[in-house]
Amino acid sequence: MEALNVFIKAAFIENMVLAYFLGMCSFLAVSKSVNTAVGLGAAVIFVLSITVPINWIVYNKLLAEGALAWIHPSMATVDLTFLGLIVYIAVIASMVQVVEMVVERFSPTLYNSLGIFLPLITVNCAILGGVLFMITKELSFGLSSVYGFGAGFGFFLAIVAMSAIREKLRYSNVPAPLRGLGIAFIITGLMGIAFMSLVGIKL
Amino acid sequence: MSEVAQATKSEGLFSKKNRRLLVDPLNDTNPITVQVLGICSALAVTSSVMNSLVMGIGVTLVASLANLTISSLRNYIPNRIRMIVQLVVIAWLVTLVSIFLQAFLYDTYKELSVFVGLIITNCIVMGRLEAYAMANKPWPSFLDGFGNGLGYTVILLAIGAIREIFGAGKFLDFQVIPNAVYDLGYANNGLMVLPISSIILIGIIIWIQRGFNQKLVDVS
Repeated sequence: MEALNVFIKAAFIENMVLAYFLGMCSFLAVSKSVNTAVGLGAAVIFVLSITVPINWIVYNKLLAEGALAWIHPSMATVDLTFLGLIVYIAVIASMVQVVEMVVERFSPTLYNSLGIFLPLITVNCAILGGVLFMITKELSFGLSSVYGFGAGFGFFLAIVAMSAIREKLRYSNVPAPLRGLGIAFIITGLMGIAFMSLVGIKL
Repeated sequence: MSEVAQATKSEGLFSKKNRRLLVDPLNDTNPITVQVLGICSALAVTSSVMNSLVMGIGVTLVASLANLTISSLRNYIPNRIRMIVQLVVIAWLVTLVSIFLQAFLYDTYKELSVFVGLIITNCIVMGRLEAYAMANKPWPSFLDGFGNGLGYTVILLAIGAIREIFGAGKFLDFQVIPNAVYDLGYANNGLMVLPISSIILIGIIIWIQRGFNQKLVDVS
């Protein structure tokens, strides 16, 4: 039951994109068509649900204060948390590199349509944000994997919804300078205001 | 005549092509409003003009120096580990910037310490590395990074100014809306304090920019 709560909280109440506004760059740039949006969303789910548990192990077994006690009792006072950012980024970068090679091998069309935003998953704030939130929440290992998957699923839902809206918008008469990117920003703002109403829900 | 011949033979440091690298990101290829890079930080740090300014300067420095470094190393980086190399270079530069701020601008550093770390995950830096520095010579790459940093700073300052004036009634911490106006029943706009306001403001900035610059209008 707790796992379900963590999942729903990560996917909806604390939605990475629409509640915390993380991962905006790829959210806005890749949401032009539903097909590419599904591809990027799936890549983000994959990267998040792997990097969050890996970084849980890295943090709790290597970096946190007293975490190195399993090697030798005298190392219980070592605190390596200041290395956190660089280590998390390195783990994320290597995972994204793997994803890039897999996508390039199996789906060249998706690879070309994602373009620069595939390597940019590395610096997608939603990924690093997911890792940092996982650490501040002090979840257990099992729950942190659920949290990673939930956060990725929230991103997936948001980007697919956004791309569907933008496909429909092509048939509406938006003022010419606002077409495309401009109206996408304003819609994101409105969706964000809608998601603010979920903040009060306690699970 | 000889000058012209020389200019075509070896390109000058500020030839027309190189000047375009510097000026284009201010309008035609602006990182925020056209390339859609660096939106997250534009939402997070624009609550005041001072924060926007320091963030803009930091990103400009990191982007230009990272472009210069990666472009000089580009022939020695294996394609399969390029992202890790790029991030190490970025993290190194961001650490330098934050140590520099600690040494010379300690008060600003205390206010901005979190945001300075955020430069690592700023898509502009890595985006320009991937899109430009990996395929071009060091000097043009440096100009490209510098120009993109400037384009980013301009948009950040505009959003920061609007949010600070309407959200707090101040500009650079000086009160600009006189107390007499508040006495008449004017109140600060609460929406401007939330990050949502900067998304809608960027949308409006895009609208205005494309109104003046017709070639950016999305025809599809």
